[in-house]
Amino acid sequence: MENALDASDLMRIPPNIYIRLASTDGTGSGAETYRLRVGDNGSGVPARHIPSAFGQVLFGSKYKLRQTRGTFGLGGTMAILYGQITTHEPAYVASSTGTARIYEYKLMIDIQNNRPIILNHKTHVNKERWHGTVVEFSLEGDYLRAMPKVLEYLKQTAVVNPYANITFADPKGRLYRFSRATTEMPPPPKEIPPHPFGVDVETIQRIMYVTQSRSMLEFMQTHFHRVGGKIAQQFLDFAGIPVSKRPKKMDPKEIVKLVRSLKKFDGFLPPDASCLSPLGEDLLRTGILKELKPEFTAVCQRKPSTYSGHPFIVEVAIAYGGEIPRKDDIILYRFANRIPLLYDEASDVSYRILKSMNWRRYKSSPSMPIALLIHVCSTKIPYKTVGKEFIAGRPEVGREILNGIREVARRLQRFLSKREHVEKQKRRLTTFSKYLPKIAKFSTDLAGKKQPPDIEKLLKSVKKFEERKS
Amino acid sequence: MKKEKVESSAMERKKEVLTNLENFGSRLYGQMEKGSFPWIEMPSRSTENIFYSPEVRQYILGEKTVRRTARNIRHIRPFTQLVWTAYFAHELTQKRKTSTLRDVYYSAQAYDMSFKDQSESNSIIVDLETAVGSSREDFNVFPEERSAVFGDLTIEYTVPGYEGRQLNLASHPDGMMIGPALTYSEFVKTSADKVIVIEKGAMFTRFVEEGVYKKFNSILIYTAGQAPRATRYFIHRLNKEMDLPVFIFTDGDPWGMHIAMVLISGSANAAHLRELTTPDAKWSGVWASDIVDYKLPSDKLTEVDIKRLHELRRDPRYKDELWQREVKKFLKIGRKAEQEAFSRYGLTYIVDEYLPAKLKETA
Repeated sequence: MENALDASDLMRIPPNIYIRLASTDGTGSGAETYRLRVGDNGSGVPARHIPSAFGQVLFGSKYKLRQTRGTFGLGGTMAILYGQITTHEPAYVASSTGTARIYEYKLMIDIQNNRPIILNHKTHVNKERWHGTVVEFSLEGDYLRAMPKVLEYLKQTAVVNPYANITFADPKGRLYRFSRATTEMPPPPKEIPPHPFGVDVETIQRIMYVTQSRSMLEFMQTHFHRVGGKIAQQFLDFAGIPVSKRPKKMDPKEIVKLVRSLKKFDGFLPPDASCLSPLGEDLLRTGILKELKPEFTAVCQRKPSTYSGHPFIVEVAIAYGGEIPRKDDIILYRFANRIPLLYDEASDVSYRILKSMNWRRYKSSPSMPIALLIHVCSTKIPYKTVGKEFIAGRPEVGREILNGIREVARRLQRFLSKREHVEKQKRRLTTFSKYLPKIAKFSTDLAGKKQPPDIEKLLKSVKKFEERKS
Repeated sequence: MKKEKVESSAMERKKEVLTNLENFGSRLYGQMEKGSFPWIEMPSRSTENIFYSPEVRQYILGEKTVRRTARNIRHIRPFTQLVWTAYFAHELTQKRKTSTLRDVYYSAQAYDMSFKDQSESNSIIVDLETAVGSSREDFNVFPEERSAVFGDLTIEYTVPGYEGRQLNLASHPDGMMIGPALTYSEFVKTSADKVIVIEKGAMFTRFVEEGVYKKFNSILIYTAGQAPRATRYFIHRLNKEMDLPVFIFTDGDPWGMHIAMVLISGSANAAHLRELTTPDAKWSGVWASDIVDYKLPSDKLTEVDIKRLHELRRDPRYKDELWQREVKKFLKIGRKAEQEAFSRYGLTYIVDEYLPAKLKETA
């Protein structure tokens, strides 16, 4: 699914994603075998890559530095692998990049050698020039137990992908549709070389292996983000590496020294955020209004910032009232690179910040129907664990999240104050219209007059006065 | 000459109240006619504005005034209630119907006017008394509690259906209830030369049975504890219009004392009203010194009694020598006695011995 979204982000086509989960043995409770089918209208996978892309772990198109949902081609294949381990059924893949052919494979993974085993291979004519990918495989699971999380995942995915149509047919035959509210998509991220702060020995070695540079001076400028001639020169002097040294001639000891110096040198420029693809305030608002249907929402995109050489952007949104349920606590939705994070909420940096805030300062309280959305996008999300379920408390990231929450909380406060004011005025007017006519009537009777005095003017003056004030 | 004045009193007052209420309405009407929010100004009833006046010999309101305006969102509801109450009072007075505080509270609902509870409607009635300057009895709103009168006093009714009819108040041995009809009646004649006011029902009945009204030429009034305003007004009129001296007999404790004092000098709650007091009335007993002199069976003063006595000692109404002396005496002996305590000397002792002695002493 994440791959499907990434594929369409690259293509700049509003994605249509179809997911079908069907029970194949149907005991009805506990762990069962299911057949999962995921289809998209994305870029498709070139025919020659299909077996490797889906039958070989760590084969991925994502070895470059730009913000994508997944990173190394682990997710999709691992899912197929999990299916194979639990059910021993082959996976089925069909894909086309919009050429005249659709390629269809039936394959399994040779686990020992990490190689695809192709069981069957067909080619179809692609009259409609369809592009996209369909993957189908079997797996064991317990849908009944996972159902709330699955639906929550889809809903939250729909919030941060308001331009996607997501359809899900569940094993009980229910159809869930999350329709797009816009066809506008965020600009795709640019590819950039790594920032000197963020590289490790392994990365340097990989770059050294492929580099065409003939000197370290050229090497530094070509393969690192925001390093020009002057800075490269300064750095190499600092690190004690001759500028004319051929990169291919660097021995492992020198490489380690290089990496250490990269981290120590303070002359590098901070990375820019052109490689990031935040959702943007408008799309985030669209997603919230479409899926959460609140009475009020405020979104705030923070300025790009960096931690350890990794650029990141924090987007924060607050939603109040409407269909937001009233819980004892503020509802927290966490996203990293547009993927919902569902587990281990209490360990997440956002949760701790949320808990430490004094909401009374914003005329709010946790008992109000409030949802808070935190979206962190980065070329490297600071996950605490390999499970990628919660974000660690990096001070730079924490500060941006805190300031973002403060900003939207202030806007919520303004909204609440204004609404309170308007309601107060409405109550005032109601009170005046209720009592003034009575005063007029009884005074008329007391005074022995026939016609009551004209109080319309007085009521109007109340109205005008209120309007001027609000 | 006395008779002339007597005849006019009740009716005059009625007319005056009606006019006051009508003027009240006209003023508001005029304000709205001119396109401004209606407002009223009336004396403030806050404690800082209640003073004891030695000249008038009662509590009065000072110079401070409060302004209530329908422009103010917090005022408009009580303001409307006040105007309705004025309207309702006018209706009552004009149609010569009477109502009770409780009844006013319910009547409001018929006009889609709501009071939170009776205490809210009561306080609005006090506002109206202050704003218009008449007591609620003047616009026919009476409290529930009733007290009674017995004695040779001929009255003439003015209430609808009884106009011109006369009655002698000695004609029924249980006494006549001091209700709206008696309050608005004209006093025609009396052979009595004094008024005796009694706190307790048992004593009142004893005095009637023992023919006190004849033996002592008096009109007997039973207050049933703290006297209702109608009764205070009734006593005031007997004193003013018929020129009768008033003697008050209460229990011998701080509470009895204060019943007498309110009849004489009024209460802070009624500082906005006049003609409810009888400054020349006398408190004739039971005094603390009577407890000693007559060796009455007595009870120990409670803590509350003692606290109250200390309050009374500082009260400006208690500055006269008799009151100061008796308050100190109560505190000194630390005992109190009820009127019924005289029964230890036999049923008629109080009438045969005590009463003449005290009337003489306080005359």
